[in-house]
Amino acid sequence: MNAAGFPILSLITFLPLAGAVLIATLSGAEAAVARNARWIALWTSLIVLALGIYLWISFDPSQAGFQFVEDHAWFTGVAVQYHLGVDGISLLLILLTVFLTPIAILSSWPITTRVKEFMIAFLLLETMTVGMFAALDFVLFYIFFEAVLLPMYLIIGVWGGPRRIFAAVKFFLFTLAGSVLMLLALVWMWRNAGTTDIPTLLHTPIPPNVQIWLFVAFLASFGVKAAVWPLHTWLPDAYGEAPLPGTIMLAAVLSKMGAYGFLRFTVPMLPQASAAAEPLMFTLGVVAVIYVSLVALAQTDMKRLIAYSSVAHMGIIIIGIFTFTVEGIEGALFQMLSHGIVIAGLFICSGILLARGETLVLGRLGGLAARMPAYAILLMLFALGSMGLPGTSGFVGEILVLVGALQVNFWVSLLAATGMVLGAAYMLVMLRAVLFDKTTRPELDRLKDLRPAEWAMLVPLAVMVMWLGIYPSSFTHVFDAPVTAMVQSHVAALAQPVALAMVTK
Amino acid sequence: MIPASTIFQILIPEFVLGIGGMALLIFGVLSKENKFTACITGAVLLLLVTAAFVFATPASVLFGGLFQTSDFTRYADLLILLGAAAALILAIDYNQRQDIARFEYPVLVLFATLGMLVMVSAGDLMTLYLGLELQSLSLYICAALARDELRSTEAGLKYFVLGALASGLLVYGISLVYGFGGTTNFAALAQVLISSQAAGYGTVIGLVFVLVGLAFKLSAAPFHMWTPDVYEGAPTPVTALFGTAPKVAAMALLLSVMLGPFGHLLSQWQMLIEILSVVSMLLGALAAIGQTNIKRLMAYSSIGHMGYALIGLAAGTQAGVQATLVYLAIYVVMSFGTFACIIAMRRQGAQVETIADLAGLSTQRPGYALALAVLMWSMAGIPPLSGFFGKLYVFSAAINAGLTTLAVIGVLTSVVGAFYYLRVVKVMYFDAGNPNFDKTAGGVRFVMAVGAIATALLVFIPGPLIAAAQAAARALMG
Repeated sequence: MNAAGFPILSLITFLPLAGAVLIATLSGAEAAVARNARWIALWTSLIVLALGIYLWISFDPSQAGFQFVEDHAWFTGVAVQYHLGVDGISLLLILLTVFLTPIAILSSWPITTRVKEFMIAFLLLETMTVGMFAALDFVLFYIFFEAVLLPMYLIIGVWGGPRRIFAAVKFFLFTLAGSVLMLLALVWMWRNAGTTDIPTLLHTPIPPNVQIWLFVAFLASFGVKAAVWPLHTWLPDAYGEAPLPGTIMLAAVLSKMGAYGFLRFTVPMLPQASAAAEPLMFTLGVVAVIYVSLVALAQTDMKRLIAYSSVAHMGIIIIGIFTFTVEGIEGALFQMLSHGIVIAGLFICSGILLARGETLVLGRLGGLAARMPAYAILLMLFALGSMGLPGTSGFVGEILVLVGALQVNFWVSLLAATGMVLGAAYMLVMLRAVLFDKTTRPELDRLKDLRPAEWAMLVPLAVMVMWLGIYPSSFTHVFDAPVTAMVQSHVAALAQPVALAMVTK
Repeated sequence: MIPASTIFQILIPEFVLGIGGMALLIFGVLSKENKFTACITGAVLLLLVTAAFVFATPASVLFGGLFQTSDFTRYADLLILLGAAAALILAIDYNQRQDIARFEYPVLVLFATLGMLVMVSAGDLMTLYLGLELQSLSLYICAALARDELRSTEAGLKYFVLGALASGLLVYGISLVYGFGGTTNFAALAQVLISSQAAGYGTVIGLVFVLVGLAFKLSAAPFHMWTPDVYEGAPTPVTALFGTAPKVAAMALLLSVMLGPFGHLLSQWQMLIEILSVVSMLLGALAAIGQTNIKRLMAYSSIGHMGYALIGLAAGTQAGVQATLVYLAIYVVMSFGTFACIIAMRRQGAQVETIADLAGLSTQRPGYALALAVLMWSMAGIPPLSGFFGKLYVFSAAINAGLTTLAVIGVLTSVVGAFYYLRVVKVMYFDAGNPNFDKTAGGVRFVMAVGAIATALLVFIPGPLIAAAQAAARALMG
């Protein structure tokens, strides 16, 4: 049943929670508590990372089904199980989460106010996120999906920028409104299938006329989380105001929760509605890519520019998912990983400037290539990754999505490619403004190059950008089997008359 | 014929409360000085002893159907005793500081609790009324306990006048049902009203009056008018009592009346319950937004929560009853936890009650702020806290019974409701301020911690509660 021989998924999920409890028991002088809290959080996340790597090594990529399954009775009487498991899709997203969490915790070193509470919230966030990706019961999934809001709300609201309260409340209410609609859809599907077990739900046919409503509910929920245009308006505020580690987790991991929801629920469970909504999703994706890229071009603040670039990339991911081709979906998944790593690198680069007391207003920066060469090289690498230059991680995902889209609709492919050109434009604008403009201010001359902690954050990310770009198959082979199976079952579901599907279920 | 020893065994909980309450009364009257602390400790102990006896009570029907016990009454009794005990513990410190430490208070609470147990166990409209009046009369006095304070006396008077009106309506309804149905016994009524045809207009009108009377006790909108003023005016431990035990008793009574004697008339009253539920949820969500006083906020919040709990009754199924019972249990725990937090809001000896007073609490008292945050989030229905599971159960019961619209409205109002619960968290965590609250008494801290911890950890061990609610629902629905 369980290849690892011990409940590894539960361990990965709840170890951060144990770390949080341990931090909560700290007491004493404030400075000592802060130092201990930081180190406990870092070590917990590193142990979780090691467990994650072990999970990856012992994972069998040839199987399409769920592995490392744990299944226990939980809410008796209503058939809700504590059911965990991973397939290739969720495995990589869990890896992304456990890889980025230690880096984000490192990036929180400069935070000096209420460090203990911050680390508790952050470890809770990791628990919720990993649990969500590993959940194989819809109710369990929903609990983790919603519970992410609680630590994130506090992280933005307590440690954020000047407009943090507005951003935190907007973030909370937007996502909550979306998710409760999903709760209704959940209850309906529960009634329809008599269970909330996700593997069972994946094979339970749903009448097409109902599928449309369920699709709308899922779109409201996952669309807000994934910041699909036009549901993205909470995003620039939240990304802009959140403290750096919060922004990293929001952009790199939390936005993937929405995309994961589309892949796990919408596409396989609602095949007819997904197919019917394909033009809509393509439109939303293309608008996101082109319109939001233009908005990004108009930004004067580095952090907000990066935030908008994130929305544009989510557009690419949405297009990829809704091509229903193996290439498109694999491209979307790859783009999810790549975007997660690249956006974390970019936000850390912006955070490094902030930590040196520097502004992020593009017009007041400049010439950092000469003053901070190592920083400039790494920022350049992440920016190139974001643009999708061949050899970096961004290229593989985008080209796969474009190939997938080309098989379905030439114009979508063309417009998405246009968006990539715009992506190159705003990234280059940012690079020029930050690295090359001949702005001279005495403050800029005093900037020092990277410190050891910053190297420790950026180098792993840079290595991953190159690894994903140069040897992508070490990641794609993990999700080949589940994606192929998903596309096959999608095609089969569409080909089969619905009435027959109901009978043969 | 049931032997007297068995009758005694079944009635032990009620005997303990009644005789114990009178003994405390005599003890208090005969003592030279005010024995508040001794009386309140004795009362808490009596409640615990009663709870232990309730566990051991066998299921039975006594006195020709006047009084009944089952898994259902046991579940409701235990919740009532829990709520009353928590409210008493909260009163120990508060009443002394507010100079209302009279020994009558615990005695009155004991009698009110006795009334509630009788309500829950009622198998006849007459016992129902007796229990209800015993409860109500005791609570009217409790509301006016701070008799030198204008707000408290106003609350007591308002509660009394409106409560008397509701009791009148209830009695009128009972007399109509008796006149047209020919009996007041639940089981006999169920036989008479076996079909909608058998029930004349008179019975249905009587049913509506009974429903209105009980909805008043439950403070379900549009019969909620007394709630905000009474919640705000009454001393806070009394408000904590109002927010817990009587709500359980009224809801349990509503469940057993509606699904017992009037169970066959589901099609007649289902719409009424739906309306009560929708109006309560809407009012609870919308009217609370503008509140600045946290006790008033809790009043509207309780109206909203009763709306959600009524969804289970509207479904009219066993799953629905189970959902309502689960919701009630979760609500009681959240509620006394929250009131403990409110009682702890005391600055330089004076009670403060506005939400703004909480600003900056999270820096000075992290544990306290976290407890209140957990409770507020749970009331908003955010997983993994217990409030979410209550909502999940009622919504799923509603959808399974085909009441999709009700579930959709419930979900939408819970988003609106989240806004004001969130505001409390926002004020505590994000706003700068210096609450400088006094040191909190041990009993209050204990109740606060129990409420918050139970709310946060239900997700890990939900089994016993769910199973108990299921057994209770099965006992009620047969």
